[in-house]
Amino acid sequence: MILAIDSSSLVASVALVDENTVIAEYTINLKKTHSQTLLPMIDEIFKMTGIDKKSLSAIAVAQGPGSFTGLRIGAATAKGLALALDIPIVGVSTIEMMAYNFNHCNKLICPIMDARRNQVYTGIYECAEDALKQVEKDAALSIEELIDKIRSIGKEVIFIGDGIPVFQELIDKELEVKHCYAKQHLNRQQSSALAVLGLKKLAEGKAVVSDNFAPVYMRMSQAERERLENGKENES
Amino acid sequence: MSYSNQEQKDVVILAIESSCDETSAAVVKNGREVLSNIISSQIDIHTLYGGVVPEIASRKHIENINPVIREALKEAGTSMDEIDAIAVTYGPGLVGALLVGVAEAKAIAFATDKPLIGVHHIEGHISANYITHQDLEPPFICLVVSGGHTHLVVVSDYGKYEVIGRTRDDAAGEAFDKVARSIGLGYPGGPKIDKFAKEGNENAIKFPQAVVTGAPLDFSFSGLKSAVLNYINSCEMKNIEYNRADIAASFQKSVVDVLTSHALRACELYHINKLAIAGGVAANSAIRASLESECEKRNIQFYRPTNILCTDNAAMIGAAAYYEYVGGIRSGYDLNAIPSLRIGERQ
Repeated sequence: MILAIDSSSLVASVALVDENTVIAEYTINLKKTHSQTLLPMIDEIFKMTGIDKKSLSAIAVAQGPGSFTGLRIGAATAKGLALALDIPIVGVSTIEMMAYNFNHCNKLICPIMDARRNQVYTGIYECAEDALKQVEKDAALSIEELIDKIRSIGKEVIFIGDGIPVFQELIDKELEVKHCYAKQHLNRQQSSALAVLGLKKLAEGKAVVSDNFAPVYMRMSQAERERLENGKENES
Repeated sequence: MSYSNQEQKDVVILAIESSCDETSAAVVKNGREVLSNIISSQIDIHTLYGGVVPEIASRKHIENINPVIREALKEAGTSMDEIDAIAVTYGPGLVGALLVGVAEAKAIAFATDKPLIGVHHIEGHISANYITHQDLEPPFICLVVSGGHTHLVVVSDYGKYEVIGRTRDDAAGEAFDKVARSIGLGYPGGPKIDKFAKEGNENAIKFPQAVVTGAPLDFSFSGLKSAVLNYINSCEMKNIEYNRADIAASFQKSVVDVLTSHALRACELYHINKLAIAGGVAANSAIRASLESECEKRNIQFYRPTNILCTDNAAMIGAAAYYEYVGGIRSGYDLNAIPSLRIGERQ
């Protein structure tokens, strides 16, 4: 049994999943702080299902990219649970877990998360037999850079994620490759997909001790970036 | 209200503090006995930036928090099963930093089915006095001075706080940081000025007192800070050499005098003969010396936490949480970080 936690974007989603069944999944997509929603949601799915917390074998958590604060609320929640229950953490890329909403799909799968500063957190995946294959690694890109990459691959693509409302108009205008957008029941983070991927990674031995788990931000803090830039200026 | 521990079972609290740039966890028994108090400081990295960078602080907290908690339990020789409640600072402080501790504490409380207690950071600082002074009981006056806070508080009972004086602008610690920067001492300003001032003459320059007309217990440090900066500027304009140690000593004297006079006035107005200090600036040796000698003259009992308990630490949170625990206060799983939480306020 695995508990999956995602709070990488506006969506908060938690799920209890075992080898065969998605037993519970609770997702909200509201402008409400994760700090107030996430643990009450976890409490609720355990209460509703009557599952014993001690039967968990790991916590799966969306590791990033995403909102810095959101990632940390998810990570700290996972770390607290893992520490107290003495179980490991499985970190899963937020981009990969979104792509995993689809299987046996013959298109490229391209999650786009609004990363502000005119960028998206993105990656390109495709379905290979039963698994998901990474075609283009996760990164923070401008939408133009992403369109160029898809153009050069030249294969039909389905977009998912909260970058759609922000960039759909631009994509439709610039991208001549055939493309479409996931319907609303599939186009956000789903912790059930995170859980299934988490179980797979757990079986592959990719879980870590909770002490060693940290989010993957894909960006430096502003202060670090500025310090680095100033350093370069001083050198030149 | 008083609590006798003899008839009660011991209460062991695991406390977590992450409101600024220290990640800390502690195990505290009955609010007074520190079984462990682990503090992981990030000062070195923030010094590179001349102050605490909130995003970097938050990133460090998430990396450090589990090892720090594990260490606290280990040093206390306590297993998670022996813990009675989980306490955490939920404000005031840096929101991103607070959220790490809050989410962690809630998850531990949930996983272990133990009560959760959200604690006010400053109430924690005040409660550090209970650890150093086993005999201290309310009512007493507390002068809270730190990088972000300058308050005079009446602690009328355990868990009962009333703010009777506050700063109108900068906190005392902020003034220390800014003045330290202006005379090239760097960050953090408090301890550096404290040390450097010993080489200077505190009566060399007459800086203004940080008083507020019509509010005898309030403070204002921005005028004093400006006066120091103006003094340096005018010296530079006139090409006069100035003595940095004299500036540090004279500035510090001005701060110490106003803190001392206000604290004593509070004792007098409220007819309370016990005065405590708390917060990072409470470790300043000149402030301690001044309050100590003035209190002695007036027959006021003076209390101060040990230096390590003046800094941000989780033991003080465990001390404050104990009295909340006995008072029946519990937090829900929707406990949120509140960056501007007021003293005495409960979510």
